[in-house]
Amino acid sequence: MLDAAILGAVLASIVAAATTLLLASLGELVAERAGTLNLGVEGMMIVGAAVGYATAYGTGSLLLGTLAAILAGMAISLVFAGLAIWLATNQVASGLATTILGLGVAGLIGAPFVGTRLDGAPALKVPGLTDLPVIGQMLFGQDAFVYASLALLAAVTYGLARTRIGLVLRAVGESHAAAHALGHPVRRIRTLAVMFGGACAGLAGAHLSLAYTPFWASDMTAGRGWIALALVVFSAWKPLWLLAGAYLFGAVSILQLHVQGFGLGIPSQLLSALPYLATIAALVAISALKRGQGAPASLGVPFVPDR
Amino acid sequence: MAENAPANALPASLLEAVGLTKRFGALVANDHVSLAIRAGETHALLGENGAGKSTLVKMMCGLLQPDSGELLYDGAPIVFPDPATSRARGVGVVFQHFALFDALTVVENVALGLAGHEPLATLAARIEDCVHRYGLSVEPYRRVGELSVGERQRVEIVRCLLGDPRVLILDEPTSVLTPDESESLFRTVDLLTGEGRAVLFISHKLDEVRRLCHRATVLRGGKFIAEVDPKTETASSLARLMVGAEVPRTPRTVTHQLGEPRLLVNKLNVAGDGSRGSALHDINLEIRAGEIVGIAGVAGNGQTTLFEALSGEKPVADQEAIIIDKVAAGGLGPTERRALKAGFVPEERLGHAAAPDMRLSDNVLLTTHGDGAIVRLGIIHRSALLARFQEIVRRFDVRFGGKDPKARRLSGGNLQKFVIGREVLREPVLIVVDQPTWGVDAAAAAFIRTTLREKAAEGCAVLVISQDLDELLEFTDRIAVMSEGRLTAPVPVAETSREAIGLAMGGAETGGAQTGGAHASGEGAHAA
Repeated sequence: MLDAAILGAVLASIVAAATTLLLASLGELVAERAGTLNLGVEGMMIVGAAVGYATAYGTGSLLLGTLAAILAGMAISLVFAGLAIWLATNQVASGLATTILGLGVAGLIGAPFVGTRLDGAPALKVPGLTDLPVIGQMLFGQDAFVYASLALLAAVTYGLARTRIGLVLRAVGESHAAAHALGHPVRRIRTLAVMFGGACAGLAGAHLSLAYTPFWASDMTAGRGWIALALVVFSAWKPLWLLAGAYLFGAVSILQLHVQGFGLGIPSQLLSALPYLATIAALVAISALKRGQGAPASLGVPFVPDR
Repeated sequence: MAENAPANALPASLLEAVGLTKRFGALVANDHVSLAIRAGETHALLGENGAGKSTLVKMMCGLLQPDSGELLYDGAPIVFPDPATSRARGVGVVFQHFALFDALTVVENVALGLAGHEPLATLAARIEDCVHRYGLSVEPYRRVGELSVGERQRVEIVRCLLGDPRVLILDEPTSVLTPDESESLFRTVDLLTGEGRAVLFISHKLDEVRRLCHRATVLRGGKFIAEVDPKTETASSLARLMVGAEVPRTPRTVTHQLGEPRLLVNKLNVAGDGSRGSALHDINLEIRAGEIVGIAGVAGNGQTTLFEALSGEKPVADQEAIIIDKVAAGGLGPTERRALKAGFVPEERLGHAAAPDMRLSDNVLLTTHGDGAIVRLGIIHRSALLARFQEIVRRFDVRFGGKDPKARRLSGGNLQKFVIGREVLREPVLIVVDQPTWGVDAAAAAFIRTTLREKAAEGCAVLVISQDLDELLEFTDRIAVMSEGRLTAPVPVAETSREAIGLAMGGAETGGAQTGGAHASGEGAHAA
């Protein structure tokens, strides 16, 4: 029924849809492994999308746009870090405030660009391999964001498990009091982790507005920041499970579009909700299997050093 | 034993605190405190809870900065801006609350305390090496969350030793150890001082200090009281210095008019839940009105599960497995068991016995809400509640600042007096107390023991779970030992010994001394 070309295109679009989530949730995973729960992902992501789009539109350079998006995501994350880490405010409230702030700032920056379009990031083709049937386009015909997200996944997985900075970061998230007693700079490490999360969210936003849907719309993140947060929790803070969750979400969100195209008489709203339902169901199952594991013990607890 | 520190040819002080003062608001935690530790000596820091020992130690390792006074290291003034600096200069600290990460392995935990970027494999080899040299037993690749308290302490010590410290500070190291584990710690300490390192040994167990330490500095109320040679002092003279008054020993009223069985435990089995609670196997116990039964054992052998099964936090399927005052109570919850006039004091004061951020008066409600005197038809009678609160405070001498502070503002000893008083004033026929005097100063501990003794004399049955063997030997009537989820038959205190109990705590086969004792004592051990 489906020929190889269509199947190949579907697989390729699944990867593209999953990449935004993978980027954003990787950043949040690092922040949470350091013990900070940043609910500002949606806000950081949309500011990244707006700043990235505005910069790319103005300069004509997608690279500059992407860098600007990363810096913008980090800048917004510093608002959260200042409140939640250095002033030890409630992390949930600070994160929500960051999201609201981000949505407002992004709307302001993006206002002049409503209705414009960009040429999106090009697919990086490998002669010969890209033309392989079915999997060629999925594996060898993606834009740079996709490859960056996978490289980042590998780096985060390795970094957390195998490097000293990863060990210190996990230790800070596990027990900030103990880490402090051993002389590790808890607040500085957490700030860096949150900034990494901001950079990743900004990059995810850039992927959205510069590659996946290369235009600007004020609500273009459409809750992906929240899905990214949920992915982190349900993946039990393990990067590889994050990959599975993000790709599952991507798969269902693309497939439901095709199902809508067949006109099966299922309400489209229900189909649009399907990726969210499927991701949550799958990840609830995962976290039920690994109950009680993974959550950093100090997650969400403000740290106030001894006088 | 260690070679004696030369008394006359004094080696120079390695680390010296001179006139350190630290204020927290209105409280002067340390008031011009001085202390000098010499190379090759084990120096004791003695004092009650709240005497300022922890503050002093924190200043000596850079965790706190003194308001005035200075530190001398090798005779020269030094400032430790943070613990990493003091560690790098050769001052290692093993705190009472371990700075360990449960989710990480032993090697990872050790690596976090060291400065370099050493590969974990070579570090593991160095750990093995250190373990053999100092007779510590630690496996490098186990997760710290799975270790016993004694093992965790050894991880901390190994972590310090790998930094090759010249001064090792041990904060209340034996309070969590079995007698056997303590002995092996002492041997390690002797090896360390033999190498010319200095050990600062913080404790309030006077016998240990007299055995192990060459000199002792005594603090009271944040002030330096005396520096003495513990070997020439008696336990009671040291106690006088610490407390500033005579410490009463708990009178053992030998009124053995035992009444009805108040608590019967019949073949209680509880499955373990993997990570946290250990399983219980076939527990049998009878406690009659008027007696105090103690349960000794190293933490983590099922005491917590037993307490939860008895208090009703984890009800058991077999209704007959727990009988409180002749009522089968196995499946009842805590409130229903309290209605049978049972009282329960869990180990953890803050967070389990008391809600840290609630006022003390509201904390009274946590165990009295079902009694009918204070809550009627779902409405709290504030005046009755306050009357009860004031009665607890008055009769149990609970001291605090302000009129009705949050529970977390109280010192450990005062909060413990409060939670014990809260149960005692409910006029229970059975009290189960887990770690009645853990981390409580000597005077408060004596008061708590006397109170429980009096309740027993009034016809209450008392069950005390404690890791402090001295305490159990001092004021209980019979002692049982918990090991790996099994409970030995309780033996009258007069018919057992530290050694026999210590063996059973270490899990020696139960065919040993104490079971023989139980047979000899005969009556009362088993209902059936």
